[in-house]
Amino acid sequence: MNKIISLEQAMDLVHDGMTVMIPGFMGVGTPETLVDGLVEKGLQDLFVICTDTARPNVGIGKLIVNGQVKKLYASHIGTNPETGRMMNEGLIDVTLIPQGTLAERIRAGGAGLGGFLTPTGVGTVVEEGKQKIVVDGKDYLLELPLRADVALIRGSKVDKKGNIWYNAATRNFNTVMATAAKTVIVEAQELVEVGEIDPNNVMTPGIFVDYIVKGDA
Amino acid sequence: MDVRERIARRVAKEFKDGDIVNLGIGMPTLVANYIPEGVEIIFQSENGFVGMGPAPLEGNEDPDIVNAGGLPVSVLKGAAYFDSATSFGIIRGGHVDATVLGALQVDEVGNLANWMIPGKLVPGMGGAMDLVVGAKKVILAMEHTAKGRPKILKECTLPLTARKEVNLIVTEMGVFDITPGGMFLREIAPDVTVEQIREATEADFIVSEHLKVMEE
Repeated sequence: MNKIISLEQAMDLVHDGMTVMIPGFMGVGTPETLVDGLVEKGLQDLFVICTDTARPNVGIGKLIVNGQVKKLYASHIGTNPETGRMMNEGLIDVTLIPQGTLAERIRAGGAGLGGFLTPTGVGTVVEEGKQKIVVDGKDYLLELPLRADVALIRGSKVDKKGNIWYNAATRNFNTVMATAAKTVIVEAQELVEVGEIDPNNVMTPGIFVDYIVKGDA
Repeated sequence: MDVRERIARRVAKEFKDGDIVNLGIGMPTLVANYIPEGVEIIFQSENGFVGMGPAPLEGNEDPDIVNAGGLPVSVLKGAAYFDSATSFGIIRGGHVDATVLGALQVDEVGNLANWMIPGKLVPGMGGAMDLVVGAKKVILAMEHTAKGRPKILKECTLPLTARKEVNLIVTEMGVFDITPGGMFLREIAPDVTVEQIREATEADFIVSEHLKVMEE
């Protein structure tokens, strides 16, 4: 089965109002070519799940500035003043989630779990509306799984079956997001033949990946 | 010596050889510059590695390696990369010996507020809530007051990052332990008096029987 498609074909798979997971930490590990595709296509009312909104001209920040995000789950928005401004003006519905909880909710979504218990956020605003469960005398919050319609991820090296190797700190949310969406599209920084990535070094098995787009960078 | 350097130097003396330490952004980052000779610290970066090294020389930055503040860093021999779920498993799971964070407010039972000011600044908690709950020791590196107003309070008024998790506070005026038995002034800076610290501190604290001059 051929997984390699063009950027235009990839963008045909994403529609207004969809829930989209996009990895990256301040833009590191973010699929910039796919994000640029979303900007170019001008999709509206997206529900974006990401760890941060980077800077106005970097990564997910570009979608924010372009007014394409209606709802946002993120752990940090402070480096992109536009996100805060649009949140205060009621243009984006922002939910802030502790970074570890966000990662684990996505992992749970991709791993078939009904949720998990974490001590993070107990006694803070994060616990509002959540079930508190006591285990061995200690309070935990029940956090629920997250899934998306589409995950747009980025691999440093991707083979034609979709097996992925990530360089350095680009792995961040890529591996969990690859497991938690109906459709997973990977931007390949470098596209290689099957067999060129040693199975020992595959970080996301190709079975999670539906489509591959060759990136610009 | 400026205030920030004094605080960072003092915090750097808290670690044991081999400790795994996570430094928050801002003043905590400076702590890495003052680790004593003979003490090897493994720095954890929440975005996905242990073995973080100093900022690279200009021109040698790798766009794939940044710290939790998004700034270019290097990794040392023996470093390891991982994904965010593993990174926060390390943090929540008690595998980080100490975290050093800044504070907007802290109170005498160890409640910490450092992630938002309602109506003004809402950057998000990032990894701070997980770090404060998960690290074995939570150290605050902070200036004693903000515009002359105390930051060490009887009770925090801003939204909390976590409850009763702070263990140590280091400011330019002194070092405080927070224990179930109360808050203790353990060390005092050479240029201030206990009276001056009381004036700059809203929280009640006990002067330790073993009070000594803050190391520099």
